[in-house]
Amino acid sequence: MSIHTLSVLVENKPGVLARVSGLFSRRGFNIESLAVGPTEHPEVSRITILVSVEGNALEQVTKQLNKLINVLKIVELEPDQAVQRELLLVKVRADETNRSAVLDIVELFNAKVVDVSPEALTVEVVGPPAKLEAVLKMMEPYGIREMVQSGMVALGRGPRSMTQAALRAVERAG
Amino acid sequence: MTSTSASEHLTGAQSLVRSLEEVGAEVVFGIPGGAILPAYDPLYDSTRVRHILVRHEQGAGHAAEGYAQVTGKVGVCMATSGPGATNLVTPIADAFLDSVPIVAITGQVPFPAIGTDAFQEADISGITLPITKHNFLVQHAEQIPQTIAEAFHLANTGRPGPVLVDIPKDVLQNQTVFSWPPVLDLPGYRPVTKPHGKQIREAARLIAAARRPVLYVGGGVLKARATAELAQLAELTGIPVVTTLMARGAFPDSHHLHLGMPGMHGTVAAVTALQKADLLIALGTRFDDRVTGRLDSFAPHATVIHADIDPAEIGKNRLAEVPIVGDAREVIGDLVAAVRAEYTAGNRYDLTGWWREVDGWRKTYPLGYEEPADGSLAPQYVIERLGKIAGPDTVFAAGVGQHQMWAAQFISYDKPYTWLNSGGAGTMGYSVPAAMGAKVGAPDTLVWAIDGDGCFQMTNQELATCAIEGIPIKVAVINNGNLGMVRQWQTLFYEQRYSNTELGTHTVPGGAQLRRIPDFVKLADALGCIGLRCESAADVDATIEKAMSIDDQPVVVDFTVGKDAMVWPMVAAGTSNDEIIAARGIRPNFDTGV
Repeated sequence: MSIHTLSVLVENKPGVLARVSGLFSRRGFNIESLAVGPTEHPEVSRITILVSVEGNALEQVTKQLNKLINVLKIVELEPDQAVQRELLLVKVRADETNRSAVLDIVELFNAKVVDVSPEALTVEVVGPPAKLEAVLKMMEPYGIREMVQSGMVALGRGPRSMTQAALRAVERAG
Repeated sequence: MTSTSASEHLTGAQSLVRSLEEVGAEVVFGIPGGAILPAYDPLYDSTRVRHILVRHEQGAGHAAEGYAQVTGKVGVCMATSGPGATNLVTPIADAFLDSVPIVAITGQVPFPAIGTDAFQEADISGITLPITKHNFLVQHAEQIPQTIAEAFHLANTGRPGPVLVDIPKDVLQNQTVFSWPPVLDLPGYRPVTKPHGKQIREAARLIAAARRPVLYVGGGVLKARATAELAQLAELTGIPVVTTLMARGAFPDSHHLHLGMPGMHGTVAAVTALQKADLLIALGTRFDDRVTGRLDSFAPHATVIHADIDPAEIGKNRLAEVPIVGDAREVIGDLVAAVRAEYTAGNRYDLTGWWREVDGWRKTYPLGYEEPADGSLAPQYVIERLGKIAGPDTVFAAGVGQHQMWAAQFISYDKPYTWLNSGGAGTMGYSVPAAMGAKVGAPDTLVWAIDGDGCFQMTNQELATCAIEGIPIKVAVINNGNLGMVRQWQTLFYEQRYSNTELGTHTVPGGAQLRRIPDFVKLADALGCIGLRCESAADVDATIEKAMSIDDQPVVVDFTVGKDAMVWPMVAAGTSNDEIIAARGIRPNFDTGV
């Protein structure tokens, strides 16, 4: 199994996410993470999917995705050619006995405290998956009360944009 | 499509009917109901769209398929929300697997009621998401013309398939403005039809050099209307041709280059040629499990050229050394020119040795059948005679099971679009409504449904539609009193334990079964058709001729046949094509035989 990051531009129409996620489940492809959001064009959304596949199944995934009428463009983002970010919010047990130790970790990882109470701190961490993992590992001994993590978003490095050609097609048709 | 520039003020329902008229839909098969009712009012007045009131929505869907498969145009079916729409699910799934261009129009509960579990509400766009090429939930009446135009465009371009348009009742009732033609807005839909020249040249080079090539032809060749190009390529190269279940008729059965159908019930020659080939030229076909048998032992020595309009089919089941994305007609046309260039350059391997082998298999293991030991009528004989008497212009629509396989084997299809069946989905009940749709699409053509007694009991209510609407199809019920194909598997793989396969449509003299339930002759009469019965080989020709002499009413013939006949050859499910059994107990020996 290997994990690949697919950046998928889709028409911003009702049901598009259901079409994409439904395709993955019925064709037996595993989604590791998924993030959807707007783009610079109001009619276009961007879905970032981490898919874990075996062998040459990635080609089949992209081909099947491409068949969806609302899918405009798919690019595989190679980890070393892309900026990848996830967002983590983690509520750590922190009272007067360990608060400063937790704050040390926050500082060490360039994270941010976003909520404080006498018994707990909520910390925001942004970064590639490895960084989030490292923060969690450090926080764990103090007691994680709850946490939430976003799907990964990613952009290719350098000046090139994958949206421009796709957007031209949308504007032409519109 | 015609063009009207002026805008008209009308309701969403009127806009829908106007759109159907403009897009060229001549026939709609359907049933009205609450949510779709507004559409039926303007439909009542339309002189350009004929609505045919069916008896079950499944019949509407299969009729649309039959119509589409015979005419090449988009078939249209219509149903109301909830159960009306869900009854369309089976034919939609069928059309999806067999790439049949149909548009299904369904009524939906009013927009504000969606999601409230309203009366007759079903999320039909959600339900059909995995079985449609695309679907739409129309939100505003102004979107109707564009949506209908897009639905028809999607259904019948690229790889054809079913498209569903779900329209809430209030959207049909609202006032709107209609203008035609609308602008299509499908920025993500760009089917590639023109093949890549480099791939074509590479394919031609392999074709010219191959020692044991086979043209493996699928239904895509029919969809692309590429049968003339295929004949050119086959005759130019002299390469053996096999046509899959979906491609029967794409290449004449009577042609000496044709080895017949490959796959689970294919001819020994077709199956073996694929197994022994060094090159497969796969055209508009998808390496379905019913063709390949165990995939890892399918055509183990072959290099694969795979041409398909759907890039996702290439490499899905079998790696293709030369992938070609394109419309089969353009691909084959380009291949003819490129292969000719190879030949001109002096590159051409002599296929005489290959043909000697192929002809050996053909000669040693021809298609055939044994007369039943119990003296009953052989179903294969009935089908064989039907093919001969009805002739090459007749359209045959089969159900699913043994009769379907025999109809694929024992009728010689010499013209395209004369063979309709449910190949991918294997939908029992396809035949009668599909034959009805075919007859509507080609009213001057003789249309025979070849059905089994199991299938026939699933959708025969459409014979009432045929009788009332003046659609004189003929139905040959190959009545063996059993779910024959299931029974065959029970015979072969379940120690003759016949669990739930006897249907009771035969009488057993002196036995428990004193009546035929149902009696198909009486049923035919009740449905407004002529019912005939034939129980012996001596009467087969006369009965078929009698049926053919009636052209103002639908005819049903109950061919009461034996229950023990089996479909041969057979590659058992999950085994390798090398394990093909030519007939019960006869396993070809390819090492010493030829």
